[in-house]
Amino acid sequence: MQRSVKSRAVRQAINFCRSQHSKVAKESETPAEWKGVVGLEIHAQISTNSKLFSRSSTEFSSPVNENVALFDAATPGTLPVINKACVESALLTALALQCKINPASTFDRKHYFYADMPAGYQITQQRNALANNGVLRFYVTPPDGKPYLKSSKLKQLQLEQDSGKSLHDIEGRKILVDLNRAGIALMELVFEPDLSNGEEAASLVKELALIFRKLKTCSCKMEEGALRVDANVSVQKTNSTTLGPRTEIKNINSIRGVANAINFEIQRQIDANKRNERVVVETRAYDAQNKSTVAMRDKEEKQDYRFMPEPNLPPLRLAEGETGDKKIVSIDTILKRIPELPEKVREKLMKEFDLVPIQAINLVNDEFLLELFYELCNQIEKPNGRTVYGVIMIDLLALLKQNGISYDKNPISTGNLLELYHLKQERLISSHVVSKVMDALNQDPSNSAQKIVEENSWFLINDREVILKVCTEVVAENQKKVRAVLKGKKNSFGSLISAVDKKFNNQVDMQIARSIMEELIEKERNK
Amino acid sequence: MTIKQLSKELQDMTIAPTKLCEASLKRIKNSKYLNNFITISKELAYEQAQASEKLIKAGETRSPLEGLPVAVKDNFCTKNIRTSCASKMLENFIPTYNATVVQKLVDHGAVIVGKTNMDEFAMGSGAVDSAFGPTKNVWKTPSGHLKVNTFQGNQTKAVDAEEDWFIAGGSSGGSAAAVASGACVAALGSDTGGSTRIPAAYCGIVGLKPTYGLLSRHGLIPLVNSMDVPGILTRNVDDTTLIFNLLAGWDPKDSTTVQEDFEPIDLESDFNLRNITIGIPQEYHSPGIDAQVLNSWSSVTTLLEKLGATIVPVSLPHTKYSIACYSILNHCEVASNMARYDGIEYGLRSAEQQSTEEMFAKSRSQGLNQVVRGRVISGNYFLLSRNYENHFLQALRLRRLIANDFLNVWANGVDLLLTPVTLGEAPRFSEFTLKDNREQCATQDYCTQPANLAGCPAISIPTQLSKNGMPLGLQLLAPNFDDAI
Repeated sequence: MQRSVKSRAVRQAINFCRSQHSKVAKESETPAEWKGVVGLEIHAQISTNSKLFSRSSTEFSSPVNENVALFDAATPGTLPVINKACVESALLTALALQCKINPASTFDRKHYFYADMPAGYQITQQRNALANNGVLRFYVTPPDGKPYLKSSKLKQLQLEQDSGKSLHDIEGRKILVDLNRAGIALMELVFEPDLSNGEEAASLVKELALIFRKLKTCSCKMEEGALRVDANVSVQKTNSTTLGPRTEIKNINSIRGVANAINFEIQRQIDANKRNERVVVETRAYDAQNKSTVAMRDKEEKQDYRFMPEPNLPPLRLAEGETGDKKIVSIDTILKRIPELPEKVREKLMKEFDLVPIQAINLVNDEFLLELFYELCNQIEKPNGRTVYGVIMIDLLALLKQNGISYDKNPISTGNLLELYHLKQERLISSHVVSKVMDALNQDPSNSAQKIVEENSWFLINDREVILKVCTEVVAENQKKVRAVLKGKKNSFGSLISAVDKKFNNQVDMQIARSIMEELIEKERNK
Repeated sequence: MTIKQLSKELQDMTIAPTKLCEASLKRIKNSKYLNNFITISKELAYEQAQASEKLIKAGETRSPLEGLPVAVKDNFCTKNIRTSCASKMLENFIPTYNATVVQKLVDHGAVIVGKTNMDEFAMGSGAVDSAFGPTKNVWKTPSGHLKVNTFQGNQTKAVDAEEDWFIAGGSSGGSAAAVASGACVAALGSDTGGSTRIPAAYCGIVGLKPTYGLLSRHGLIPLVNSMDVPGILTRNVDDTTLIFNLLAGWDPKDSTTVQEDFEPIDLESDFNLRNITIGIPQEYHSPGIDAQVLNSWSSVTTLLEKLGATIVPVSLPHTKYSIACYSILNHCEVASNMARYDGIEYGLRSAEQQSTEEMFAKSRSQGLNQVVRGRVISGNYFLLSRNYENHFLQALRLRRLIANDFLNVWANGVDLLLTPVTLGEAPRFSEFTLKDNREQCATQDYCTQPANLAGCPAISIPTQLSKNGMPLGLQLLAPNFDDAI
């Protein structure tokens, strides 16, 4: 295996790539005896201009109570009128997740009293939803280990109203209610409990976010509450099929939080079981500061929501085939709008550009870099995908991260990236030189990579005779190490090579140096 | 006078709309003892009358309703005019928008003189359970010196026999009394279980319940969303037709209105009864019905037969279950529709500071009367998941059977059904209050609520006076969307 000398910057870049995947808060000891059982419930705000049943705006950060139609405040006499764009977005999402679509779905009222729900009920689709039985396939990238494919079954996708927001002014003993969010369209996605730990859950959410952004049906800004994840967690003995008592974790505000909350909860439940304590069925809140879950103070009694069909909304009927009628949403028409999904993009990357899974995953996770990848490949006759990948994901990214440069301020032109590609591909420069070139280009973006290498004589030395000479020198100077190599110590070979590289100021073609050194070692052996 | 005749007078400028408006307001003032208005919109009415006057002078009359006084039941939202639903909960609620049907009236030039009294949130068949006092029937009610009964808490005060009067019927009692007393040419009511037809019969006027889905409910504060319809109260059928034509049609703000183009009705003057088959449903021959009503029913039947109609006896076998079915569906929807009255965005908010839940509870206890609260509690009981199947779902199944009864009858060549509408003449208040609201509704609504379950159009027409000189009426029902007939 080629052990090239990596500069600190390059190592940082690689570590950064790895750190893209959610880290585990603490090493969970999950003895083979117990395993976690996790099912996610995800609420995604549909990014349309107006709300699900009224025409007020959905704009985030508007002044308090600015975007409230009469209907949103449950003004007496007002009636819901469904927003076609919301239906289309939900249908598009359901189709992308391979769901079975119900051609006639209905709406229900779910009753409970709360200050930020003016009508005293939420309009939802509990019993006969828009879509069921879909599936989401995604890669899980554990922090230590190879990425693997996982899938989770989507039990139901339903349309429903979001509630308003209430802020508790504890000192003033008041509740402040903002109804801007009341009535915004939500897609609720209910997944089966077929995940086993926090990483899988976080990976699912990541993949879902990629899909949503591709479809443009949800902004996925968790910090704005556009994507909310609740986790149902229980544990069971590894051989068992009976589900243990489960808790529901709420208040998770980031993807990292998803992993942390779930892993903490799994461990907590396992510990309880080991102490022979019963796990209480309850709702718990995620505490981001302590990366733990806590029981919510007002323990919710099991609520009876007294579901009743919503009498003001006739069944939502979708047409199977195309229809000229603007008032009807056609499943076929929407099906045609599905763009290339992340799963497909990764497959193609691996197939057409010979990338390994983690490379495809990393590219698809980053829209900007993926675009760049395609751009470069398009301008190369027979591109070596892995080399292009390296130029972008290791060399370029390292420069940007080290200097805190954002994507839109990227100083390295596509032209220069191509030059670097060629230089690397033809083994004209070493990786160490690449980062030096990058730094130089950062100082003077209008310069050319090729020129910089030329001016600095940074080309890799590949003259066999010259290399032979130096290798011979090194062998002569390091007899001890040579003997160690002959005894089978691989590390010593590496240090011999390093010595050669040093003599060349890190500008020697390592492959050639290595093969020449191997020849010399053989000669020594046969002496 | 019909609307058309009155309109002509205005066009000819023999009467000015403003004068008409004044006369209407004066009549309302003089009939204050009837307590049929909760809010009188004097200034707005006068403004509208003035506007009408200008348009008429300029020859730009918008419709035959231009400049004519009209009353609106107090459960329709009227912009800038208090809309209370006869409840303390909405005593200070002033909507910022007009209900669609109200807007249509206004756009056609009607002058809204005021909001009429009703049973609180339309729950009742007598128009007696109102936070603003009961409504009296204009027929045979002594005028002048009587003071209006006031109410404390949620109790109906008993009245001694001397001051006794006849009820106007509910829940649109105020609207019916307003039309019957001549204060306005027409009034909007609502009909969920008979609330337009019963007061029409008691007050001797015409009350139409159109097909569900023909008139918009946007702005009609709901009782039962799946049965409510705006109702039209007038003195004659021509007026009913005129107003019906102005109000019907698809409303994008109400998803339960039908989208097909609405064709205005043209009442044929040479209507031929020979082409009509009239069904007489035997189940409506209920023991509770007064002999005079039954006589009226049979004499009208005979009359129609003489005029050439074919009379057939028919059966609607599930009629006897319809009250129970109606009650369950009604209570469940009430429990749901009333959930929004928590005092936060609008309506009565109690001074309770301890906790949100207590504030909700106190506001609702103080704002809603016993009838409303009773239905909320029983509705919630029926909607509990353990009861849902046996009560709500069962009622839905029963509703389908009842609706199918009608469909079967229409399919067998029947064009109209002729039935009683009330059990008798308007009862005295003292008699009526012997039973509580729930019992009364269960009895009084017998003939009327099946039409709401089926959604079909029904009209109450005055036929004759009783021996006591009180009006009696009968009801005609037709297939859904066949309101024309």
